[in-house]
Amino acid sequence: MSIDRGTCLTVTGASGSGKSVFLRMVADMDAAEGKVLLGDEDRTTMPAPQWRQKVTLVPAQAGWWAPTVAEHFEEKNKTTATELARQLRLPEDIFSRQVLRLSTGERQRLALIRALVAKPAVLLLDEPTSSLDQESVAAVESLLASELERGLVLILVTHDPAQAERLGNQTMHIKDGKVLPA
Amino acid sequence: MKTILLHPTDLSIAASLVIVDIALSIFLRLGLHKQIAIAATRMVVQLVMIGYVLKFVFALNNPAATGLIVMIMVLVAAREVAARPDRSLVHGQNYLIGLVSVAGATTLASVFALITAIRPDPWFDPHYTIPLVGIILGSVLNAGSIALDGVLSGVEAAQPGIEARLMLGHPYWSAMATLIRGSIRRGMVPIINQMSAAGIITLPGIMTGQILAGLDPVEAVKYQILLMFLLSGASGLVAVAVAYSAAWRLTDGRQRLRLDQLR
Repeated sequence: MSIDRGTCLTVTGASGSGKSVFLRMVADMDAAEGKVLLGDEDRTTMPAPQWRQKVTLVPAQAGWWAPTVAEHFEEKNKTTATELARQLRLPEDIFSRQVLRLSTGERQRLALIRALVAKPAVLLLDEPTSSLDQESVAAVESLLASELERGLVLILVTHDPAQAERLGNQTMHIKDGKVLPA
Repeated sequence: MKTILLHPTDLSIAASLVIVDIALSIFLRLGLHKQIAIAATRMVVQLVMIGYVLKFVFALNNPAATGLIVMIMVLVAAREVAARPDRSLVHGQNYLIGLVSVAGATTLASVFALITAIRPDPWFDPHYTIPLVGIILGSVLNAGSIALDGVLSGVEAAQPGIEARLMLGHPYWSAMATLIRGSIRRGMVPIINQMSAAGIITLPGIMTGQILAGLDPVEAVKYQILLMFLLSGASGLVAVAVAYSAAWRLTDGRQRLRLDQLR
């Protein structure tokens, strides 16, 4: 399977079918035998941190390692992050807030921003809009569409067929850990 | 000042205090009398044995015999460092981490003290080497086991944060930095407390021993200060070595967090 620049592969399948594991394997977070190439470069020939800077996974429930939101962003990325937060309809003071006090939807959008500011070539998103209201879903989709226009490769796990329809150029269905023909 | 030597009768009188403990345990139904009796007997047997072993090794005054005693002490301390944490690594990696870190930190600190400050003649003089290593090991054991426990017991709770950083392309030591730093800090707390309390809240054991043995208090204090510096250096080294080694063993060559390495 190959995915071109600026295209989105949507991955569908029942809960527990192996979609998240698939994303983790592509990001090299779990050991896997499959061959993954980025352009001509093989995953195994590149140091793992460098691979993950280019192929970044945002899991369904992203983790946080410091008390405040701002501590999760490098100083040089703060302007971009603030602009993206505005686009995703997050409150202005979001960066000074405590992570523990954020809603699930706010965390989801901030995790997406945290990955996007580092400008990865491939973004792996695991149900990025599962906790969002309609307007926020539209904002996230519009941001992803503009990133796709700039050449981002997106692999998106979603349970929403309409979203798969709106964003996806290619689809993949996983059942019991196996890829089924679309 | 003349050293007052203790006779078996003096010790027997002191032992009556242990009998008081045992009586209290029976009277208050604490259920501790058996444990107190066993611990007190063990303590007497262990100390008398080590007294004779040391007497023998001191008389030999031989680097190999001194080295052997030091090696046994290091092995036992490494085992303690590995065994104390609640969680452990598979394939006995705890023991390897304990051994390498304890041996490294203790050797560095003791050799440093022997060749720069104490300078005994011969350099391995067991009168100095063995007690010095013993004291350093006490601190190293504490700092090492606390730091190791910090990483091994904390890594599961820290997993989402660590993996989030790995996913963003941070190397494992940076992704695990919060956990590593916290564990090193915990390992260093006892020696910091010991240094802060020394002389005001507590009179350290070595100094007290030397004063009781007739040494001038100011001379005894100098030894104690030297020892505190050594202990703080060795504790820092072992805590850092243990925490980073454990973090390294909890990840693989592709810098993935491997909680399957934990038992």
